[in-house]
Amino acid sequence: MEKMPKWADVVLIPLISLVLAAGLSALVILAIGEDPIAAVKLMVDGALGSSYGWGYTLYYATNFMFTGLAVAVAAHAGLFNIGGEGQAMLGGLGVAMICLFIPWPHWTLALLFATLGAGLFGAAWAAIPAYLQAKRGSHIVITTIMFNFIAAAVLNYVLVNVLKPANSMDPASARFSDTVHLPSLHELLAPLGIAFSKSAPANVSLLVAVAACFGVWLRIWRSALGFEIRAFGKSEPGARYAGISPVKITMIAMMISGALAGMMAINNVMGEVERLVLNATEGAGFIGIAVALMGRNHPFGVFVAAILFGFLYQGGAELALWTKIPRELIVVIQALVILFTGALDNMVRIPLEKIFLALRKEAN
Amino acid sequence: MTLMKSLMGATATLALSAGAALAEPALIFDLGGKFDKSFNEAAFGGAQRWAEESGGTFREIELQSEAQREQALRRFAEAGSNPIVTMGFGMADPLSSVAPDYPDTKFVVIDVTWLDQPNIRQVGFAEHEGSYLVGMMAAMASKTNTVGFVGGMDVPLIRHFGCGYAQGVKAVNPDATVIANMTGTTPAAWNDPVKGSELTKAQISQGADVVYAAAGGTGVGVLQTAADEGILSIGVDSNQNHLHPGKVLTSMMKRVDVAVYEAMTAGESIEAGVFSMGLAEEGVGYALDENNAALVSDEMKAAVDKARQQIIDGEIEVVSYYADNSCPVLKF
Repeated sequence: MEKMPKWADVVLIPLISLVLAAGLSALVILAIGEDPIAAVKLMVDGALGSSYGWGYTLYYATNFMFTGLAVAVAAHAGLFNIGGEGQAMLGGLGVAMICLFIPWPHWTLALLFATLGAGLFGAAWAAIPAYLQAKRGSHIVITTIMFNFIAAAVLNYVLVNVLKPANSMDPASARFSDTVHLPSLHELLAPLGIAFSKSAPANVSLLVAVAACFGVWLRIWRSALGFEIRAFGKSEPGARYAGISPVKITMIAMMISGALAGMMAINNVMGEVERLVLNATEGAGFIGIAVALMGRNHPFGVFVAAILFGFLYQGGAELALWTKIPRELIVVIQALVILFTGALDNMVRIPLEKIFLALRKEAN
Repeated sequence: MTLMKSLMGATATLALSAGAALAEPALIFDLGGKFDKSFNEAAFGGAQRWAEESGGTFREIELQSEAQREQALRRFAEAGSNPIVTMGFGMADPLSSVAPDYPDTKFVVIDVTWLDQPNIRQVGFAEHEGSYLVGMMAAMASKTNTVGFVGGMDVPLIRHFGCGYAQGVKAVNPDATVIANMTGTTPAAWNDPVKGSELTKAQISQGADVVYAAAGGTGVGVLQTAADEGILSIGVDSNQNHLHPGKVLTSMMKRVDVAVYEAMTAGESIEAGVFSMGLAEEGVGYALDENNAALVSDEMKAAVDKARQQIIDGEIEVVSYYADNSCPVLKF
């Protein structure tokens, strides 16, 4: 029997965690002599109060959807992929190669192949730790973390020595041509008569991310492969007994995971900066872990959690712009939310379960 | 649809209220953060000095992500900030797309010299010339004929520092060895004093007895270890001689603070264009104060001052790493 109703698990627990995190953040803001209510107002206004704010919130959310899905898929196979950061960097390299070296006639084609390229590079980067885990027993947590650093070094080498245009001293690739420019939400919504901020970076890859959420749901819950992945994640000996190959599932789950993380690059590399820069991923790979934790590894949960984190990022930027709250404290606020929703889940869950059990006893 | 309308309404109000704001300068720090003991902190120092002297205020933001570069530029421009001073080569591309949209706003960018916009003041520093001078001093102070260089993140800018340094060393002693190491390949390399310390120890074990740190916050570890191990070090950007008096040979000064101070003082009427801050403009140089006076012999000072004049007069040409992305005397 379930300890508590599903709605409590899915809605109530994250909500209480959020409230706790917000309360603690308020105390922190109060402690440095700023007004917490004004700060929250500024964050909400800045992130959700205008199409400009939404544009940024959704832009960040798109990144987090991809990396959150990446973590979630691996988690269903019982694998903890901390390498989303590195896989997304390599995905960026894939996007850059495709956009720089192939003259695309139209952005739709470019987007299709850039998505494939990004996915391919990300999957390839995840395949090596997957292989080491499956065949050699090297722990995936350690190897994926290491591969983040290797990816950073690879990207640095390529940008400084190969892709950097000769006349610039910025370690970044040349700008992609205008034909591969992805339409922003402004350009997409204008024909429908809806005005959307011109300067916000949210673009068509948001739709790709939403499609990816749906695709992951189909793959994990509505396909034989998804069943094998979940069975493997629940119990490896059980899955083995049922004739599921651990090597195959580890490889496939990690490559899907890596591909999803890599695909983030169509948003940040192709959609926003439109060239490859050194730290294009800026931690989205790690935020993906929190997003997946909070979203309970379910695509819809990931979607909602990604938007929440997008709000925190954009709201945090507004705080940095208009208040004297230092950058480090904004990170503290973001970290508190991660801590409460991700790491301290049981702190809320166990008392809540007790309450529900007590209530049920009373009802009986 | 009603949601959309209220969203649009909010944007409009925002735009209106933003237009009414007073013109005050804004300062956008690079990802390294305001208190990096180096590049960004120097800028903050310059802005502070302007604020104290003029009684004015300025807006500021420490960037957290790449997407915020353009965002911060646009928001400050829309809020009426003028001039908007930005730090670092990462701002080059965002500026080239934002600046044309705000022709009445003046932008200032440090460490960028290759843009073509009528409302951007671009300030580049001749780091290779300053590094050349401290390289000469390193070679003269070294007894082992081996000197070290610890860079921050492996980017062209830091190679530019290292290349000038190595040329200075070789000018004094063609047989000297220059050991060059970079701290890392991620932005964390700007703030990793522990790794800086390790690299310094490794260089000492290879015989280095003077180490030049061009590594932002990482340099703090380099200078500390050099002082602990009894060798000399060279600071960067700000005058860091005082960190370990008598142990820091000199500092390669890069007067970012002056550039920011001048920009804010000039205000909205600041002149756009490309400005180079070299030895002649005193944009770069070596630091001499009571903390290192005993370390710098008269002979050393005479030689360096002579070279300085020769560089200004064009008699010595210090090759820039940017010229063809390679260094004649140092492999990275």
